[in-house]
Amino acid sequence: MELTREEERALAGEKGEALALAYRILAAIGEATGAKRLVPVKWAHVSGVNYNTIGDAGVQFLEKFSRDARVAVKTTVNPMGYDRDRPEQLPEKFIEKQASIMRSYERMGVTPSFTCTPYEVFDIPEKGTAVSFAESNAAVFSNSLLGLRTNKESALSALASSVTGKAPLSDLRLDEARNPRVAIETGFSFESELDYGLLGYFAGKAVKDSSVALAGIGNSIGRPQAKALSAGIGTSGSCGMFSLGDSVAAGIGEKIAFGKEEARKVRDELSTADDGDIITLGSPQLGLEELATLARLTEGKKFDRRCMIFCSRAIHNQATKIGLTGQIEKAGGEFMCDSCTCLTPYVDKDRYDSVITSSVKAAYYMNNSNKVKVALKDVKAIVKEYTK
Amino acid sequence: MTTMMITGCRKIVGGKGEGEALVSSQPINFLAMVEARSGRITDPKHELYGRSLKDAILVFPNAIGSSVGAYVFYSLKEAGTAPRAIVCAKADITTASGCAIANIPVVDLPEEMAKEPLSSLVRPGSRIRVDAEAGQIAATV
Repeated sequence: MELTREEERALAGEKGEALALAYRILAAIGEATGAKRLVPVKWAHVSGVNYNTIGDAGVQFLEKFSRDARVAVKTTVNPMGYDRDRPEQLPEKFIEKQASIMRSYERMGVTPSFTCTPYEVFDIPEKGTAVSFAESNAAVFSNSLLGLRTNKESALSALASSVTGKAPLSDLRLDEARNPRVAIETGFSFESELDYGLLGYFAGKAVKDSSVALAGIGNSIGRPQAKALSAGIGTSGSCGMFSLGDSVAAGIGEKIAFGKEEARKVRDELSTADDGDIITLGSPQLGLEELATLARLTEGKKFDRRCMIFCSRAIHNQATKIGLTGQIEKAGGEFMCDSCTCLTPYVDKDRYDSVITSSVKAAYYMNNSNKVKVALKDVKAIVKEYTK
Repeated sequence: MTTMMITGCRKIVGGKGEGEALVSSQPINFLAMVEARSGRITDPKHELYGRSLKDAILVFPNAIGSSVGAYVFYSLKEAGTAPRAIVCAKADITTASGCAIANIPVVDLPEEMAKEPLSSLVRPGSRIRVDAEAGQIAATV
């Protein structure tokens, strides 16, 4: 990959340690993705904010990196480890380490969004705009539905784009990789957003390419369905984009079938319990549509166990203005802002044996990282079974 | 003992590394499957379950899943449990960016070899030397 003279000097350290490291990251991912040069990006969304995900080494890295690093473009950040207004029940050490991470990002000049759905909180740039999104659901969603152009970035590649304002011109930033060469044909009609999550997880695992065509689920899908699909794809593989519409899939040779049998297999892999001690809804954080559905479903009912609902503070504020949070709290729902389900310190195997959730992404990380069992059910089924 | 050379590899992160080949044909989600303190793979469904990456030459297709997996390479290095070098079939952004800050040499295989099953190219347990600048892998078989 060719660097300009300016970029070479920054790589050599003439503009500080942070920029030298950032260009070192960009050079490595440029080689990996076969880029010829770097191009400007308008917006970086950085992951690696929850202490549970980056650990002590990550805290130390960010503390050092942020000493002379400043954002060069609009930079939003993924969820932190807990709701800033609800630190109770958390170990002092966790709060202290999380605070250090926050200080590092703050002094870099990021926008403290603490959301994994930046596309629901901030204005969307015009189609074709190059961005650098690390949160996998956001990268997949933005490529597939908003026409933005990002690779499935890592926490560090998005951080490098944030302070340089640049990213390699490769892969999903170019038309060629955005045109799918493999299609997945769904052979049954979906009943809930969970089915979309299962399809996503299946697609991420089955497809080695950067993009995939999805046939049999219509030319457009609702936002909650698209979020579940994007989060599922982002969890299990390296695919970073989907295209809808049977016409797109028609012209593609390689076809993979996704029938009831395949869906059941994914569900059996991720659903490791029939029941759970608590309910967690989120991953991605819920948006206004999901909250409106939840308010409608729980009207006049009450959850029979703790039900934690993860959403961004921005969405929580909007939902409160239109009365949604009040209705859901009346049903016993407990809102957790700024944070999300995956690797949340609120849920660990000392406190809970198993968790009920409707998110495929949450199920994967609850099983593998939080090390608790998971009962994976769609939202309607959860409300039906766990409210009085 | 004969030495087999694979040349024409792509340099992703520079440097040299030598050690025992830890080979897998399965991708790895570093956030969900690797415990940095011990360097061990913690996913029972993965063929390297229980094995440690420490001082090994990790030979695997690519990383998948979480974007935060990149930090795990840095945590492995800080904990002294990192592999000496990494050979991917096709290097991904998470592996490339994580190893760039952790100074773990990374190469990936030439195009025509990238599709072959890795275990047929590199015998698990064999002694491997990776030279990223030269784009070479030397395996004693």
